[in-house]
Amino acid sequence: MSETDNLPSGRSRIHSLEMRGITKRFPGVLASDHVNFDVKAGEVHALLGENGAGKSTLMKILYGLYHPDEGEILINGKPVRISSPTDSINLGIGMIHQHFMLVPTLTVAENVALGLPSSRGLLTDLDVVSKRIVDLADIYGLRLDPSAYVWQLSVGQQQRIEIIKALYRGAALLILDEPTAVLTPQEVDELFVIMRQMTKDGHGLVFISHKLHEVVEICNRVSVLRDGKMIGTRPTSETTKQDLANWMVGREVGFAPDRGNVQRGEIRLKLEDVKCGSDRGTPGLRGVSLDIHAGEILGIAGVSGNGQRELAEAVTGLRKVISGKVTLEGGEITNLQPAEITERLLSYIPEERMKDGMIKDFTVAENLILREHHKPPYSNYGFLNLKNISANADMLIKKFRVKTPSQETMAKNLSGGNIQKIVLAREISRTPRVIIAAQPTRGLDIGATEYVREQLLEQRKLGTAIILISEDLDEIFALSDRIAVLYEGSVMDIVPRASATPQKLGMLMAGVHPENA
Amino acid sequence: MDFIIILQAGVASGTVLLFATLGELLAERSGVLNLGVEGMMLIGAMTGFSVAIKTGNPWMGLLAAMLFAGVISQIHAFIVITLHADQVVSGLALTFLGTGISLVLGEGLSKAGTVALLPNFSIPLLSMIPILGPIFFTNQSILVYIGYLLTPLAWYYINRTRPGLHLRAVGEYPSAADALGINVFLTRYIYVFVGGMLAGLGGATISLAVAPGWFSELTTGGQGWIAVGLVIFAQWDPVRAAVGSYAFGALRRLILDIQGPTILFGAANPFYYNPYWGFFLQMLPYAFTVIVLVIGSREAIRKRLGAPAALGNPYIRGERGK
Repeated sequence: MSETDNLPSGRSRIHSLEMRGITKRFPGVLASDHVNFDVKAGEVHALLGENGAGKSTLMKILYGLYHPDEGEILINGKPVRISSPTDSINLGIGMIHQHFMLVPTLTVAENVALGLPSSRGLLTDLDVVSKRIVDLADIYGLRLDPSAYVWQLSVGQQQRIEIIKALYRGAALLILDEPTAVLTPQEVDELFVIMRQMTKDGHGLVFISHKLHEVVEICNRVSVLRDGKMIGTRPTSETTKQDLANWMVGREVGFAPDRGNVQRGEIRLKLEDVKCGSDRGTPGLRGVSLDIHAGEILGIAGVSGNGQRELAEAVTGLRKVISGKVTLEGGEITNLQPAEITERLLSYIPEERMKDGMIKDFTVAENLILREHHKPPYSNYGFLNLKNISANADMLIKKFRVKTPSQETMAKNLSGGNIQKIVLAREISRTPRVIIAAQPTRGLDIGATEYVREQLLEQRKLGTAIILISEDLDEIFALSDRIAVLYEGSVMDIVPRASATPQKLGMLMAGVHPENA
Repeated sequence: MDFIIILQAGVASGTVLLFATLGELLAERSGVLNLGVEGMMLIGAMTGFSVAIKTGNPWMGLLAAMLFAGVISQIHAFIVITLHADQVVSGLALTFLGTGISLVLGEGLSKAGTVALLPNFSIPLLSMIPILGPIFFTNQSILVYIGYLLTPLAWYYINRTRPGLHLRAVGEYPSAADALGINVFLTRYIYVFVGGMLAGLGGATISLAVAPGWFSELTTGGQGWIAVGLVIFAQWDPVRAAVGSYAFGALRRLILDIQGPTILFGAANPFYYNPYWGFFLQMLPYAFTVIVLVIGSREAIRKRLGAPAALGNPYIRGERGK
């Protein structure tokens, strides 16, 4: 292939993109410290790092959302100025955001057409756009119906729209920000096929992910950022998952947490044919039956929005159960007030920890007593006992290694990992009988994730019954004793961890029974 | 009572609601709730009447009404779009401000005399159609005919043009629109301005055509609030908004006219002899508005009705998700 080769989309290649000495300061933080990074045509280059390591800062600079204080960007050896996303799109850089930038109530073609000039002036030219979408979809092997509404499509299909959107705008180089976070294993495989096709055609790809095995599988080179500094770049063939993890965190990381040998006990929580609604007025759970035993972690796998949130809320009393029965240690708790259920020592680690797990404008000490604030030793006759509250905070901050300037700090000023530690400390320190943990490590970095998982396993050892709701299959595999798959509000199947494979779970998550496939 | 005449007057009266409702609808489709409609309508009614008297030209009055109401709406725009303040609070404040300004500037205007009105005319041929002709196309104000054109235009604009597509995207998912280079802030400012102008037009439609004159805050008499309710009732669709506006206009006329005759359907008219019955009737449109607003304020129901997903939320660049 000659240097002037065009991409199949008709756009000229970006043979190399180089970021040199990129520095970006935010008040009090050096988010990017003289970072060098480069991508070549035909390769997948992984960008790894913990939360706050500077990955998104670097990519936002490349996409024109931030302006670097120092440093330069070169495309094919020539310096370029990128001061807005429009500049970066014009230079052939596309970004697939982690949270899809799609308007659900519009069609595929309308979403692709957004922001572009129309060939018919003020009127839309959706037929022209649709034809081009079909052409691009053919070239890159992306199946898509341009007239479908986005809300009708699966997450994997929506991601394909994002890719088409970037290609439509002539992207030669694509930044994929955690593209696999929301996909089923099958969808991940399909994405990888598309990615391989794109690199073969001469596109350059930047792949941002926490999932090390994916990095090892799909990427040619990997770069690691830590605390705003580039730690190094290596060919993937010369690294292992363990190396990468240690590199990212800066210390030795335990990969498979020690599960120990725990004898499972009696049934603690029982759901019998539980039905409830969802926020949209559609059925949320369509008759779910589950048993959770003492000393057991029951993993709930599934693609986001298949009833996980409704399950957690129905059990904790936050959502009305329409029919069916929930029993906790033999006593019925169906449709009791959340406070009454809490009294029976059911603990809840909510999915939206900033919104439902704590009060942002309360101090750390206050957040740590939220469940028990109304009774001794924290209050007597309606008066708060500040001494005991403070002692409790000191004890828990130390025990759970919460990094906070003081117990008087507003919770909102802490990092996500430390906020989750506060929630965890509060929920675990009351020696619960059952824990509902919803997405307990979502958005946390490797260090904090490791800590949260250890704590859950510790609780399991102590004989607590735990429901672990997670969209992260690695997490489900690492922690669960049994795995239930939710699909459209029903339990597809419950499989022991030993006999579960990602492929099998993936099919169940997509609503297909492997036996019937 | 002649129902044809009531309906004919109802269409004229509904035109007032139509302008205000379409204006609010456009602003809400961009994601900005503006509860200041009532205030902006009063500004429009007062300005239109005042300028028309001063210049002797009702068209100048109309133009001034739209401009002044549009300018006033930008206070709300600045507060909610740039300063990210709560849209409900700011909109309420705008209604108070608009009411206050129009009462102060309109002081003495009610005795200022009569004003040259906008022309009324009939449409040849169309006015010959039985029933529909006399109701819709006979001796109506030019503004009524403008209203007929505006409704399909608004529908076509929102659903079939590129700027309309951008409007919908900004109201549904502003960060997606922003990522594609659409200026979310500017778009919202523009549609709040358009909404203000249309509310002003609605107000001027009263004072220069439908019920000429300036009667302080009774000029609009709460029709701005009905318009806000109608947007929800119309599920943010211009055609349904038109149907609702004309229906309410007709209802308004019916309620007024039914209190006139002493005999109704061969019996003594209770609405004539017992004023409380009349008050009860007059209350109904507002009671309906309150009910629609209460129902429509529940997020789950709003979602089901098809409200723009970003309605009421300030857009702050760099914030995740919505």
